[in-house]
Amino acid sequence: MNTPLPSRAPAPDFSAGDRAALLHELAGILPGAALLADPEDLKPYECDGLTAYRQMPFAVTLPENETQVVAVLEACHRHGVPVVARGAGTGLSGGATPVAGGVILSLARLKHILRIDPLARTAVVQPGVRNLAISEAAAPLGLYYAPDPSSQIACTIGGNVAENSGGVHCLKYGLTVHNVLKLRVALIDGTVVEIGSDALDAPGYDLLAVLIGSEGMLAVVLEATVKLTPKPQLAKVVMASFDDMTRAGNAVAAIIAAGIIPAGLEMMDKPATRAVEDFVHAGYDLEAEAILLAESDGTPEEVEEEIAAMKAVLEQAGARELRVSQSEAERLKFWAGRKAAFPAVGRITPDYLCMDGTIPRKHLARVLIRIGELAQQYGLRCANVFHAGDGNLHPLIMFDANVPGELERATEFGARILELSVDVGGTITGEHGVGIEKVGQMCVQFSPEELAAFHALKAAFDPQGLLNPGKAVPTPRRCSEYRLTGSARETK
Amino acid sequence: MSDLSERFIERIKSATAPLCIRGSGSKDFHGNPPRGDVLETAGHTGIVAYEPTELFIAARCGTPLAEIEAALNEKGQCLPFEPPRFAADSTVGGMVAAGLSGPRRASAGSVRDYVLGVKLIDGQARELAFGGQVMKNVAGYDVSRLIAGSLGTLGLITEVSLKVLPQPVAETTLRFEMNQGEALDQLNRWAGQPLPIVASAWQDGALTLRLAGARAAVEAAQLKLGAGGTAPDSFWNDLRDQRLPFFAAETLWRLSVPSTAPVLALPGEQLIEWGGAQRWLRSDAPPEAIRAAAANVGGSATLYRAPAVLKERVGAFAPLPAPLMTLHRNLKAVFDPQGLFNPGRMYQDL
Repeated sequence: MNTPLPSRAPAPDFSAGDRAALLHELAGILPGAALLADPEDLKPYECDGLTAYRQMPFAVTLPENETQVVAVLEACHRHGVPVVARGAGTGLSGGATPVAGGVILSLARLKHILRIDPLARTAVVQPGVRNLAISEAAAPLGLYYAPDPSSQIACTIGGNVAENSGGVHCLKYGLTVHNVLKLRVALIDGTVVEIGSDALDAPGYDLLAVLIGSEGMLAVVLEATVKLTPKPQLAKVVMASFDDMTRAGNAVAAIIAAGIIPAGLEMMDKPATRAVEDFVHAGYDLEAEAILLAESDGTPEEVEEEIAAMKAVLEQAGARELRVSQSEAERLKFWAGRKAAFPAVGRITPDYLCMDGTIPRKHLARVLIRIGELAQQYGLRCANVFHAGDGNLHPLIMFDANVPGELERATEFGARILELSVDVGGTITGEHGVGIEKVGQMCVQFSPEELAAFHALKAAFDPQGLLNPGKAVPTPRRCSEYRLTGSARETK
Repeated sequence: MSDLSERFIERIKSATAPLCIRGSGSKDFHGNPPRGDVLETAGHTGIVAYEPTELFIAARCGTPLAEIEAALNEKGQCLPFEPPRFAADSTVGGMVAAGLSGPRRASAGSVRDYVLGVKLIDGQARELAFGGQVMKNVAGYDVSRLIAGSLGTLGLITEVSLKVLPQPVAETTLRFEMNQGEALDQLNRWAGQPLPIVASAWQDGALTLRLAGARAAVEAAQLKLGAGGTAPDSFWNDLRDQRLPFFAAETLWRLSVPSTAPVLALPGEQLIEWGGAQRWLRSDAPPEAIRAAAANVGGSATLYRAPAVLKERVGAFAPLPAPLMTLHRNLKAVFDPQGLFNPGRMYQDL
């Protein structure tokens, strides 16, 4: 990424804050190395995983404990300076992109697993704990944390809560919202509240549901109590290849219709398969139009029963080739390509944009055909990986940011895909979040009244709009602009 | 099928006094006593969409839960959270508003876990839609799950869409004699193992377990858990719909506690579900003592069924800490600034 675009987030007017005074105050709260203000030090924080958009923050804070987090929030609140919380910065929608003149609140140093309770099957962790670190710590107890986004080696639980992250197993095991029991959070004014409970429910409104997936705009996570799941004794995967997409899509519907909920159900199209095969050498069928991976987990008896049932359905559905993993090593090899799809595509193109719409599965063939047409229209290549079980589609639009106009074309192509997702009854984002990337398409999915309700909901937590302002929910003005330029582009 | 949304909007626009949103009225007992002019929703009916292979169903709020379950049953699917059916005409809108889940809750999840979307009319008579028909959707705040269990205080739910799942292939019920302490310990240990235990109920020295899943898994688990007596599967329906004699109490508390909470030494009788996480209590002990006992172990106590005077005195739900209550008031103001819907149903001043 050599030619970054400036952040598209509207820059609210926060010039009123006295920044020198704030910096002085922050220096009193944090040890020297935990406060960055030199442009050179700020540079690594100018973007998150959505590298096409960059914005230098005013300062970066790296608190080490809850007291410091709260004090940073209180200081920024007092000075009316915006705050953007950040975990590992792996987010793909610009949720952690800095706001001009704002402070980055990095939670990376709050990285302790505070407690694991094997009997209650819960873990209490700080926000900067990596997703995979929880499962690693719980492994000796025969337990794991189920949501497994592809970035799980690096991404943090605080970020997972902000984005309501999913993964390849969420059809059976749910999203972050289904696996978090309790959150300790700080509001922008430093008030600390606990929401949810160590029990299965808590009195009052379901504030957990509101906070999870709120993209850091309502509160900052200080601690999360997550559910741990017993590790299945065995997992096996069937790999099926298909001659055409429609048949593969029908096979997915047939598995569900047979009363089976696979632990994982993933699909890749031919361009994606070719890209990953070069990278991981998993032995994928390179002539197939679609590869389907269907996993079963549970007791050995259960897995045998389910794998046999899925094989029968897939054969019936016209799979051209079927392979069942015969060992754990082989299962991981089958999965390796799917898990490495993003970096694999990254190897064959200078740059790519990853889309994240969800569609009702029955429209898969129709949507993929239309994406193919759009690829021709915009003169760009696109590979598709698909969480087939839950309808979440990740088209990877390949481009070269050094070629003038390609980033803009890729962005427009992406916008058209998201609009298409809404048209067929889906959504613009299944698991990556809106951030700054898809804020325009929010105007397609929601009415002005619904967007107004979102703004009011934010104000219920953050009346001055200081937490991650400008993200996720567009202003009415932004929507008028989007409608004008969006339709102009469509007819071009 | 009939669509009354226009009528609802008119009614809300012209309301001069608070409204009590009511489906069939089968959950009138739930929460604090209803107040306000009744706005009937039972006439707004019909399954709007049901797509078995997409695992989703959408229906208008007045649709009887029985109609939805019959449609699902025909395709071998179900609502895995097993909402209680208090009457034949209990509605799906009431199910979401009440947010009550049944025996399989600890393993399968709650009502809110299966809510994919809602349409509602808010206090300003705006028709709003959140979520939809797909199960992975992070666009905008998750208002549809907020609506689940909000007791109609945030708006009139006109339509809901829900994730559904296949019915388990095999199911069996086992019964073991053990005291409460042994049952709690055993349930938590079992829950940490990959066993297909989907529901549990302990009462009066007997633990009843429900196994469900793939046939082979149920059979293997049955062997592993040891003989144990059997019980009729109908037991689970009676538990789910709260028809067991235990539930016929004038004052009934529902304690939601961590599953590992020890035996709660409270006077009265207990029935324990959800692997130890839901403890029903028939007791005339002072409400303050019951609330304190639940809070001490990290849970909360709901005065579930009780004479109206008692509910009015102590509130159906455990009081919230001040900052949380402020957030509740703020959220109420977002959707119902004039306090039109179900005033006091959840908390007296909400």
